[in-house]
Amino acid sequence: MTTFVPDQSPRATPRGRLRERVWQLAAAATHPRDPADYLDMFRPLRSGADLRARVVDVRPETADAVTVVLRPGGAWRGHQPGQYVRIGIEVDGVRLWRSYSLTSAPENGLLTITAKAVPDGVVSAHLAQELRPGQLVHLDQAVGDFVLPDPAPTKVLFVTGGSGITPVMGMLRAGLDRLKDVVLVHSEACADDVIFGSELRRFAEDGRLRLVEQHTDTHGRLDVAALAELVPDLAERETWACGPAGLLDALEEQWADPELLHTERFRTALAEPGDGGTVRFTAAGVTLEADGATPILEAGEDAGVLMPSGCRMGICFSCVLPLREGSVRDLRSGEVTTAAPGDGVLIQTCISAAAGSCDIDL
Amino acid sequence: MTVLQKKADNPIAHLSADDIEEIGRRLDEIRAEVIEARGASDAAYIRKVINVQRKLELSSRAVLLLSLFPPAWLIGTAGLSVAKILENMEIGHNVMHGQWDWMRDQKIHSTTWEWDHASPSDQWKHSHNELHHTYTNVVGKDNDLGYGIMRVDEDQRWYPLYLAQPLWNFINAMFFEYGIAAYDLELGKNLASKESRRDPEFKARAKQVFKKIRGQMTKDYVVHPLLSGPSALHTLAANFTANIVRNVWAHSVIMCGHFPEGVETFERKSIDGETRGEWYLRQMLGSANISGGRAMHIMTGNLSYQIEHHLFPDLPSNRYQEIAPKVRAIFDEYGLKYTTGPLPKQVGSAWAKVVRLSLPNDFAKKLTSRLGVRRLALSAG
Repeated sequence: MTTFVPDQSPRATPRGRLRERVWQLAAAATHPRDPADYLDMFRPLRSGADLRARVVDVRPETADAVTVVLRPGGAWRGHQPGQYVRIGIEVDGVRLWRSYSLTSAPENGLLTITAKAVPDGVVSAHLAQELRPGQLVHLDQAVGDFVLPDPAPTKVLFVTGGSGITPVMGMLRAGLDRLKDVVLVHSEACADDVIFGSELRRFAEDGRLRLVEQHTDTHGRLDVAALAELVPDLAERETWACGPAGLLDALEEQWADPELLHTERFRTALAEPGDGGTVRFTAAGVTLEADGATPILEAGEDAGVLMPSGCRMGICFSCVLPLREGSVRDLRSGEVTTAAPGDGVLIQTCISAAAGSCDIDL
Repeated sequence: MTVLQKKADNPIAHLSADDIEEIGRRLDEIRAEVIEARGASDAAYIRKVINVQRKLELSSRAVLLLSLFPPAWLIGTAGLSVAKILENMEIGHNVMHGQWDWMRDQKIHSTTWEWDHASPSDQWKHSHNELHHTYTNVVGKDNDLGYGIMRVDEDQRWYPLYLAQPLWNFINAMFFEYGIAAYDLELGKNLASKESRRDPEFKARAKQVFKKIRGQMTKDYVVHPLLSGPSALHTLAANFTANIVRNVWAHSVIMCGHFPEGVETFERKSIDGETRGEWYLRQMLGSANISGGRAMHIMTGNLSYQIEHHLFPDLPSNRYQEIAPKVRAIFDEYGLKYTTGPLPKQVGSAWAKVVRLSLPNDFAKKLTSRLGVRRLALSAG
């Protein structure tokens, strides 16, 4: 017996085939460029384009947090509340990627993110001071498994600290109606610094959730013992927690039933660039220690890694490899290049030395 | 010219090793200043050039759909020629040098860029960035010295075949992109023996070049003419003309970079154990600039600042103009010759050399002296 399985790919339909032909013709007319490069000049947000978004609004949320409203391009596939998105923003001409939790409800059509200023954070400073409505930013599809199940548990606890409120805010805005019994314990320096403070307090006044604010300037840090006092039925509540690493570590260590605890960690700032460090060639599976004076190219070759190379003096760019994470120093200028996780900054290995630990994609 | 090391009046004899290292240090300083300053305005510059180039290309090709009408043909061909020149020079060449890699934009990056040219970018980057820029003007190492088909230095041995080199050079100018593709493929060397012809690596690279050329030909000589309907043949002629214009322009600019009088060449063994300062010095003396206005610099891809480009091949091209006076001050201070001149003069100088060296060394002198001897003998007799 044979089973007929209809081919669902777009090229199977006559219209899909026609579309493909037209695109092939366009590609022949623009060779060696991709026709998309020309279309991007006029319609950067069309559905077939690389995912981008247009800035609709930038507004202050608190003294040191800013909310950015984005209209995503047609390629946006939507998100679940609690997920985050990587956004690529040009700061001083350099495209930098950072992850932000989505705080908007999915059906809204617009995306919002809220960024809290971090010390020496070039991207958060740029969002607050330079970004203007109308500008384009680059975007990845939403990711993350810090989401509520469907159906949601009857009793829910959220434990958040600082900007850790952002993914939870996405959940509250989208699904508070289907949550029957919600407790939110939020830790922040003082009342004025609470991101979304007035909106959260209004939820509490309307009786839609129980809000406990822990102001650490006056009441000290939130710990698990304090939490048990604040929320007597702690053990019955499935919990979602997001905030400083110290808080999350403590919760994970001391939680009675780990099955009922979900945590989300924001990557903290990278370690200070140092002199030399551990170099990992991720695909080759080689890890080595390199000093701050040896080019990564040489260090790799000495360890038997098959490294691409060329002029060995920094002019031909035959040796470039993606730096996935970590810092390297340009041996000519001393300039340090730092990659956030997943960045894939291309570096010239022949004139770059390790400046702290670094992951090279080879 | 003769390799610098064999010259009676060696132009760097007056420099001590310390001088040379100090020159290197000061050039490193200039480089560091640009890297420190580069930012949003530079990124905006290259994006604007790319945007203008693409819109110019699109509109020129649109006008050429009506190329049956002579004014449309003229405007479309002129626009397309300029678009092709911009694409190859200010955009393609410089992007593939990694001048814009710092922006971390995958679309404007040396590892991803492919250009409107017969030679695939990977092969061009190898022969240009890796060989030519490392071994600039070292006789026997830098194949850009005459591209393996011409004699452009007294120290290159003369063969009778070189008598025809003015003709080769003219043909090479017309079809420069194919000359470059053949050169990047090292066609002369690789076709020489059966063994190298059969080398799978060579075959793979040759296949890559044919594929690229097929794509280029299909675009300019099939797709766009067909789209033009009744204007098909006129569009074909327009595209052919634009390619020739681009080729001749690129060839002229590039000849001006290393061939004019005043540019030095170097002995093969002179670069053994070369220091960074010495490498810089070789780039300083082995390149020549073209003087002119802003449009000229953009149309040459800022290769009118060939000296600055060879010193800092990976700095954004829009910065060369700004650092040129500082670079020149170093030349002046150390008594070195900063070779520059207007385009017609430099092109003329390069062509004069091509013609002169098509003959054996001192041929003209020997000829006149021999004639002179005969005349003496005659008068004595």
